[in-house]
This record gives sequence, structure tokens and C-alpha cells, in this order.
Amino acid sequence: MDRRIFLTMPWLLAAGRVRADAAYARVERGAALVFPRDHGSHPDFRTEWWYVTGWARDADGADFGVQVTFFRNRPGIAEASASRFAPKTLLFAHAAVADPRAGRLRHDQRAARAGFGIAEAAEATTDVRVDDWSLRLAGDTYVARLAARDFAFDLAFGAREPPLLQGEGGVSRKGPREAEASYYYSRPQLALSGTVTLDGRARRVTGVAWLDHEWSSEYVPPEAQGWDWTGLNFDDGSALMAFRMRARDGGDLWAGGALRDAAGNVRALGRNDVRFAPLRQWRSPRTGFVYPVAFRVDAGPVSVELTPLMDDQELDARGSVGIVYWEGAVRALAAGRPVGRGYLELTGYGGPIRL
Amino acid sequence: MNTAVVQAVLGGAFTHQRGRLALSVLAIALGVALGYAVALINAAAVGEFAGGMRTLSGVADLEVRGPRGGFDEALYATLARDPDVAVASPVVEVDARIAGRDDALVVYGVDAFRAAAVTPALVGAADTALDLLRPGAVFLSPAAAAWLGAGPGGTLTVQSGVRDVVLAIAGYAGGDAGRRFAVMDIAAAQDAFARGGSLSRVDLRLRPGSDAALARERIARTLPPGVVVAAPRDNAATTERMSRAYRVNLNVLALVALFTGGLLVFSTQALSVVRRRAQFALLRTLGLARRRLVALLVAEGALVGAAGSVVGLAAGYGLAYAVLRVFGADLGAGFFRGAAPQIAFDAWSALVFAALGVAVAMTGSFAPAREAARAAPAAALKAGDEQQAFARLRSPLPGLVLLAAGAAATRLPPVGGLPLAGYGAIALMLIGTLLLLPRIAALVLARVPAPRAFAPALALDQLRGAPGQASVSLATIVASVSLMVSMAIMVASFRQSLDDWLAALLPADVYVRAGPAGDSAYFDQRDQQALAAVPGVARVAFLRAQALVLDPALPRVTLLARDLPGDDPEQRLPLVGETLPRRAGDPPPVWVSEAMVDLHGMHPGARIELPLAGRTWPFVVAGIWRDYARQQGALVVERATYVALTGDRSATDAAVWLAPGVTPAAFRAALDARFPEAARAALSTPGEIRALSLAVFDRTFAVTYGLLAAAIVIGLVGLSSSFGALVLARRREFGVLRHLGMTRRQVGAMLATEGAAISAIGLATGLTLGFVMSLVLIHVVNRQSFHWSMALSVPWGSLAALAAALLVLAMATTVASARQAMGGGVIRAVRDDW
Repeated sequence: MDRRIFLTMPWLLAAGRVRADAAYARVERGAALVFPRDHGSHPDFRTEWWYVTGWARDADGADFGVQVTFFRNRPGIAEASASRFAPKTLLFAHAAVADPRAGRLRHDQRAARAGFGIAEAAEATTDVRVDDWSLRLAGDTYVARLAARDFAFDLAFGAREPPLLQGEGGVSRKGPREAEASYYYSRPQLALSGTVTLDGRARRVTGVAWLDHEWSSEYVPPEAQGWDWTGLNFDDGSALMAFRMRARDGGDLWAGGALRDAAGNVRALGRNDVRFAPLRQWRSPRTGFVYPVAFRVDAGPVSVELTPLMDDQELDARGSVGIVYWEGAVRALAAGRPVGRGYLELTGYGGPIRL
Repeated sequence: MNTAVVQAVLGGAFTHQRGRLALSVLAIALGVALGYAVALINAAAVGEFAGGMRTLSGVADLEVRGPRGGFDEALYATLARDPDVAVASPVVEVDARIAGRDDALVVYGVDAFRAAAVTPALVGAADTALDLLRPGAVFLSPAAAAWLGAGPGGTLTVQSGVRDVVLAIAGYAGGDAGRRFAVMDIAAAQDAFARGGSLSRVDLRLRPGSDAALARERIARTLPPGVVVAAPRDNAATTERMSRAYRVNLNVLALVALFTGGLLVFSTQALSVVRRRAQFALLRTLGLARRRLVALLVAEGALVGAAGSVVGLAAGYGLAYAVLRVFGADLGAGFFRGAAPQIAFDAWSALVFAALGVAVAMTGSFAPAREAARAAPAAALKAGDEQQAFARLRSPLPGLVLLAAGAAATRLPPVGGLPLAGYGAIALMLIGTLLLLPRIAALVLARVPAPRAFAPALALDQLRGAPGQASVSLATIVASVSLMVSMAIMVASFRQSLDDWLAALLPADVYVRAGPAGDSAYFDQRDQQALAAVPGVARVAFLRAQALVLDPALPRVTLLARDLPGDDPEQRLPLVGETLPRRAGDPPPVWVSEAMVDLHGMHPGARIELPLAGRTWPFVVAGIWRDYARQQGALVVERATYVALTGDRSATDAAVWLAPGVTPAAFRAALDARFPEAARAALSTPGEIRALSLAVFDRTFAVTYGLLAAAIVIGLVGLSSSFGALVLARRREFGVLRHLGMTRRQVGAMLATEGAAISAIGLATGLTLGFVMSLVLIHVVNRQSFHWSMALSVPWGSLAALAAALLVLAMATTVASARQAMGGGVIRAVRDDW
């Protein structure tokens, strides 16, 4: 789902205001996703992302949260340009590592216009790169390689199950209007392995991860203040995605999710099946914003408590992409007992997401 | 001893000679002002330019650049993947003509994603980053916005080809770079200015730990011909070097002004010392030490120098301010386009020029001071001793050695691109001649037949008897006349050569430039056909100007691809020297400007390679031509060859021959009717171009003309002072002559003869020396500074008129100063001894 974080980037805010000269493709209900084609990029749509979040544990038993995102945007300007530099497709990459011993996120990013082999998003399958950052799907394994300012990833994510199609066969509603929807599938329970380099020391890590791939041309409802999202890999092999779109008046604007059991049976969750109840607040010492970093999430038959790997997983990206949000590794507890690991995303807590 | 007495004696000097002192102060002030102004303007321009360059090149470690028209954009991908490169930032740079103005603005087309990490000043400040990518959006530097009088919300219309491109001003860029430029998206820039597929520059930031020198060397080997890699600061240095010769020449003019000022101080002091000879002797007998007297007199000079320096610094500051306001940063010479410098009081150079002014004045007063101190007090107290001051005739050897050294120095190569040896040669010749003056005077006077009239004969005898006396008077006139004459001949030669050059270069009836400024305007093939089809056009020859990098350490050279007449391509070039006959099997010919010979070592017959369209092509140097327009060097190739090698058929200029009976005005009307886009083009006739060029020339040399006038005034005043000193020294002689029965008139005639003889000798020597010095200026200084030759063209007529006028003025000056010096007390003066 709702890794809509990039939607709030200034690029896209502007794209919303611009009368784009591009005719964007629309999300159509009933259109079946076809793989591996739909693992690749969909340049006819306005936005698209591949969003990997995971828990990694090194040989010493230390846990890290890792996040790698590639984001594609078609701003709809310069569509008529004959130049190879024409900014018809923009690619962004974002990566973060949550190390409880450091107490705060390390993160870095890349941005480029597509072209010249410097930044490309293939259409045949997942194969996207910005400079020397890349995410590729070979067989059933995703490989992410990147070297950031103060960390590096060389990670493989092995898929053991077919994609989990969100919403109705991969068409996921985001708001009260039908047009507010996206194509969306997830790859829960990915087997994470590889190397995370921190402070110049390469650590062999293993763990479990989650990949979202989502593309659309229109979605975030104008009434939205922000959203809360979580993707959880349960220790029993089941997986849950749940989100809610918060309205500016404080109520829930929309909600949804999907639950897949260990046997692979999927249950779609409607807007009334999902509830987020904040349990604990944390105030960022840097921005002063207050985030509900612990939640009780009720989603269909599942009821879990989410507690963060560490409180400070705030991403202050105002200097580059213009927003501040919280994107963090969380543990899922049921009756006080850990039952799974995943990620929680909290946006709109530093003021409404403007469109 | 009593300071009050000393002050009274010395102070007398100032009250007595207010006019001369004021002139001395002004002469020093002139030199200081000129030097300081040049230093200030340069500091402002270079400083601003370098600062702007630093801001603009951001954190780039290396910069890959090529011909002005750009290089293949595929190179960007290669560079971006280089293992040493952290970020490669592609740039399209266009000098865009501003519609409706004879001016251009540099427009940088950048990829904001890349530039943000390398050259942040080239990224516009926008609410949303997407605004940076919008095709029609442009961001102005604050300096550009102020210059254009436009800001966010407004539009900027620039010319591309012969058509207008309207850009929306979306915001500002560049922070406080202080330079005029605009920024837009790279794709939009490629589209708007027909630069598709090519880049002007790629800025590189290297990975931490990469060895910049090694990376540079390695990258350089992979680059296509005509594309080079350099550190941004090297480029700043190259630009700085471009203007250096120009600045040094201005500084030399300042030194010349200072030197003449020093001479004036010298002659004024010489006169004043002779006047006060008895007072000094009195002071000496009262116990003033010899050294103290010298110090006091030198201090007098220092006072004059200090006054001149203070006036000069103030005037220099004002001058610099005015020049920057009127001509902008580039001193009117086009070196620092786009810079908008602020003038700042520069204490260091102020100190240097003030010290120079004081030092020159002190040096000027040192010799007279020594003479004054040397006199034995007892003898000096008596009258009739003054002539000793001028009596000694020195050995000619030092003068001859200096002259020989000067001649030898003309053979030396430039030092660091500057004609220092040439200037040294001129200084040596001047000083050598000054030292030889008594000898020259003696030599000339010995050969003059004795006149029959009594007074002139006596005058001649007097001069023959004491040629050393004349040398002081001669020195000022020789120095000022020779400097003046040398510059006059040089300027006249330059002007004549420029005129001839323009005539050779502009054979057609009308010239059409796609744009009067920048490099964004051009005629495409359709425009060219439209132009040729305009009624009344007999023939059109097109020209494509391009700029190539031949040597990474030197600025780009201009490549002119010209339509030349097939049978005799060389008839349209202002060639110098022999040309090479064309032989079968030779590569295509290229004609190189003189700067190419000096800077790039090219010579006729040489096989050279030129980087065109990413490849090197062999050419043979067929001849050398004179180019007064492009100091950094220019190459001419036939346009057909250029088109065949590059496929570039666009043209920047057109020479139009009209059918008989068609006037340029009629052509303009027909052009507007048939080819309306050409309204943006600049149309001019050879006559207009010539008038404009010569007007620019005259403006550039206005400062020289001003200095010439100043040199004449200084020379005459110097002559008057020193002659006055002579006369004063000989008052008793005149008294004796009067006692012996000579009339006042006869004494006057005698003095007039002496004045005329001295003036004539001075003028003749000055003219001769000036002529020789002009040769040095023309063939050494100019060639080494600007890399162009010129034909010697002596303005005989005006020189003769000037010499005659000077002779009359000099005679009048000598007579007047003699009158003043004699005053009424000549007869009484004889009695002083009794």
C-alpha cells in the first residue's frame, strides 16, 4: 500500500497543480496483473514505487531496521521535448538503517532524471537503478545494492510465495472517490540475507522483509491529513498489511488492508475492518513533532500491539524532499508476547499533507 | 640649530614656486591616480570574476569542456560511470542574445538533480523542485535580474537562431555570486537553443579519496579530441591571464606618468635649489650638517610626493568608480563579461602607489639636494659659484652601456606572457640617452657654424663652453618628447593598420549578423536561402564562428568557417608574409592568426590537427593573417571543408554583395519584406563597422591621448624650470654682459638663441629616441602583449607640426623663464661679489 510518502514530495505536489501535458494511464478495476511484466515499471502512470522494509540481525544478535525505496515519477512536463535529458521520468531512491545502538536513523537518498544508463527503471521486471544504487529481481530473489553516506547495503530478499495482491485483485482504493486508487501488490515474508556495512564494518545479516510495489496516477484524497500504515511479517508465516487515511478533522477518512495466513489464504480487509489506536507518544527533540510510535492495531481477526525498535525513527527530509515523517521498524506483540516484526509509517504529524 | 630658521629658509621655496609645485603635485597625482585606478578596477573585476567563478564552480573538482558549440552528450554517461567520479553534472552553456538588446546573457542549462551536488549556485531557488524542470522556466541571478530590470513573474525573451524564445522568470539562482547569468533545465536549454545532443561542460565531483591529479590524467586520456579536463581554478587563472597584458600596459602608462612627474620634481627642485644656494650655504655655516641638508631637501620632495599621492589616490578611486559605472567591469575590453563588481578601497595597493609617488618625488629631489649639499659653504656664499652645479661632463660609457643593453633587451622573449623585456628596453634606452645628453649636446654644438650676429654667437659659445649646463633642461624635454612621440607613432601605426585591416576584411556591401551579441543567434539553412533570395542580392558569403579548445591551459581559439572565393581564397584575408602554395595531396588549408603562431607555435607549412565534431582532422597551415579582433587566436577554414567535416551548416554572419544600383537601405527594406525574422539580425555597412571600430579604438586610446598632452605640459614646465635655474645661476654673467654694454634686448636674444638651441637639440633627440622606442612598442611590446603585428606608419605631418609648435613653445618658455629669472636685479647681481 500506502507508501505514499513520495506522493507528498514537492515534485508531486507541484505535479498536482500543473496541468500536465501528459495523458496518464488510469487504474481500471478488473484488470489482471501479469507477472513478471508487472514487476517492472509502468511509465504511463504518474507514480510508482518499490518499497522494501525489513528486519536484519547480525552475527552478534543485534537487530537493525533496513529500508530501501525506489520511486518513479512522471511529472508530465517536457513530454514533447526531443532532448535525451527531457525530464519525462524521474527516479528517486531512499535508504535508511535503524540501529538501536545509534539511537537514530541513518539515511541517504539519490535523485535523477531517467536516461543515459545513469537512472533507469526497466519495464520487463523489477530492475531499477539510480547511479550506483539498484534493486533487481532475478528469479524469485530481489537484490538491493547501494552505498550511502554512512552505510551500505548488499542485500538479497528471497520470495517464497507468490505476490499478495492488495484490494480487489491488485486494485487498491485509497479514498472515498473511485479514482483514488492504485495498482498494489506486496511481497511479505521475504528471506533477507547479505551484508549491512555500518561505520566501515561489514556485518553478515539475516532476517525477514517486506516489499510493496504500487503504481497509480491519482490517489491521495484532498481531505487527508496523513496516514498510518503497517506491514507485518508474523513468526507463524502469516502477514498483515493495514492502513488508515486520517482526515483533517481528526477522524478516519479511509482504511483497508489484507491478511494472508501461513497457508496462503488471503482475506481483504475493508474500511470498517481496520482500527488504529495510539498507545504512546514520542516527541522528536529535533522537530518538536509528536508521533504515536506505539499502536494497538485491530485488523479483522488480528489484534496486535506495535512497539518500535527505537523511538527515534524520524526522517527529517525537509532539506531535500520537503517533509518530515516517521518510518520505523516495529515489533508486533499479542498478549505481551512477540509474534511478528514489520514496519510502521506515520505521516502528517508535522502538519497536514497539503495537496 | 634653530628649526625655525630652517623652516623659514625651506618654506620660502614653497611660497616662491607655488605654480610649479602645484604642477609637480599634479604630475605625481596623475601617475598615482592612474596606477591606483587600474589596480582598483582590476581587483574589483578579477576578484569578482574569480569569486563568481568559485561560487559557480561550487565543489567541482574537475571540469570537462570542449568547443563553444559543445560536444557529444554521450560523454556524460561515460563520465558519470567513471570509478573516480562521485557526481557528474552536465551543463549546456549558451551566450543568449537578449531580444531587442545588443547584449547577451549567459544561460546555463543544468540538470538540477546533478548540479545540486556539484554547483549549487546553478540551481534555481524554487518552491517546488519541479519548477526547476519546467521547460519554459528560467531563474536569474540577482545581478542579472537587476541588469535586466526584470524579476520573478516577468519574462525573458532571448534569441535562438533568428527567432525569439520567451522564458518565464520563475525565481532567482546563484545566491551572491554577483554575476549575470540565468539557469534553466538542461533539456529545455537543448531544445530552445538547438543544442540537442550536445553539452558544453560536465562538472565532476570526485569520490572521497580519489587522487584528483591521477583521475584528471586518466580521464583526459579517454576524452575525444577537442575536449579537455581541467580544475575549475585553472580556468579562472586562464581568464585572469587573458586580461593581464592589458592591465600591465595600463600600469606601465601609470609608471610613465609617475616618471615624468619625477622629472618635474627634479627640475623644479633643481631650480629652487639654485635659487636658495646662498641660504643653504648660510645654514651650513650656521652648523647644519651636509647630510641633514640633503635630508631636508629630500623631505621637501617627499612632501610634494605625499601631497601628489593623496590627491592621486582620491582621484584614482573616483576614476575607478567612474570607469566601472560607465564601462562596466571589463574595462571596456570584454574580458570580464557578466561580472558585476563592486569597488572596494584597497589599502594595500593604495599604500604601494602612495609609496611609489613619494619615492619618485624623493628620487627626483635627491640629485639637486646632493648638488646643494656638495657646494662648499664659503664659496657658495659668494656669488658666481652656481655654474658648478652643472659643470661636470661625465663619461659616456654608462649611457652607451645602457643603450646597448636596451637594444639587446628587445630580443628577449616575453616573461610569463608579458613584454617586460620590451618595457625594460624602453626604460634603458631612455635613461641611457639622458645620461648621454651632455655628450650629444656637445657633439651637435661643435658642428654648428658660428652665427654672425653677436648675441647668438655668444649664446653658442656659452653652450659649447658648458654643455653640462644644458643637460638638465634637455632631460625633461627629451624624456617627454620621446615618450610622446613613441606613443604617437605606435597609436598612429595601430590605427592605420586597423583601418587597412578592416578594409581588407570587409569587401562586401552589407554585413548581416544573426545576432549582435552572444552565440545563440544563427541562420539555419532555410534562413540562408531566404537571405540569398532577397531581391537585390547579387551574392552572399556565409561565415560560421565556432570556438575550439586546442590547449587546456589556454583559452578557446576562434574557428571561422568562411565562404571564400574558390579561385583565390586568400584574397579575402589580411595576410601577413608568405603563403604556402597549395599542393595536391595536402590536407585542407587553414589560415592562422598571428596569435596562433605566438601562443600555439603554428607556422606556415605545419601540419596540424583540429578537433571538429569529436574527431581530429588534418589541416595544413597555408598562411598567417592579421587579426585585431581575437587576441586569443583565430583560425580560418573554408566553409565547404567545415560543413563536409562537421555537417554543421548553420551560419552566424553573412556578407552580402548587392546588385548594381541597390542601396543598403533598399536591401534592408527588401529583407524586412521577404524575411521578417531577420529583423532581429544586425545589419551594417563596412563604413559603419569601420566608423564604429575606429571610434572604439579612439575611446580605448583616449587615456593615451590624455597622457600625451600631459607629457607635453610636463615637458614644457620642466624645461621652463630647468632653464630658469640655468639663467638664475648665470645672473652675474648677464650682469657683467650688461656692464660691458650689451643691451637687455641683446641678452634676451642670446637667451632665446640658447633656448632655441637647447629646445632644438632636445626635440631632435626626443624625436629620434621616440622613433626608436615606437619600434620597440610596435614590434616587441604590442606583439608580445596582444600577439598581433602592425605596419609602421609615422604620422610625419602631425609630428612635424607638433615639433614646430613645441620648438616655438619651448623658445617662448625659455625666454619667459629667462626674463623672470633675470628680473630687475641682474646688474645689481654683479655687485654681490664686491
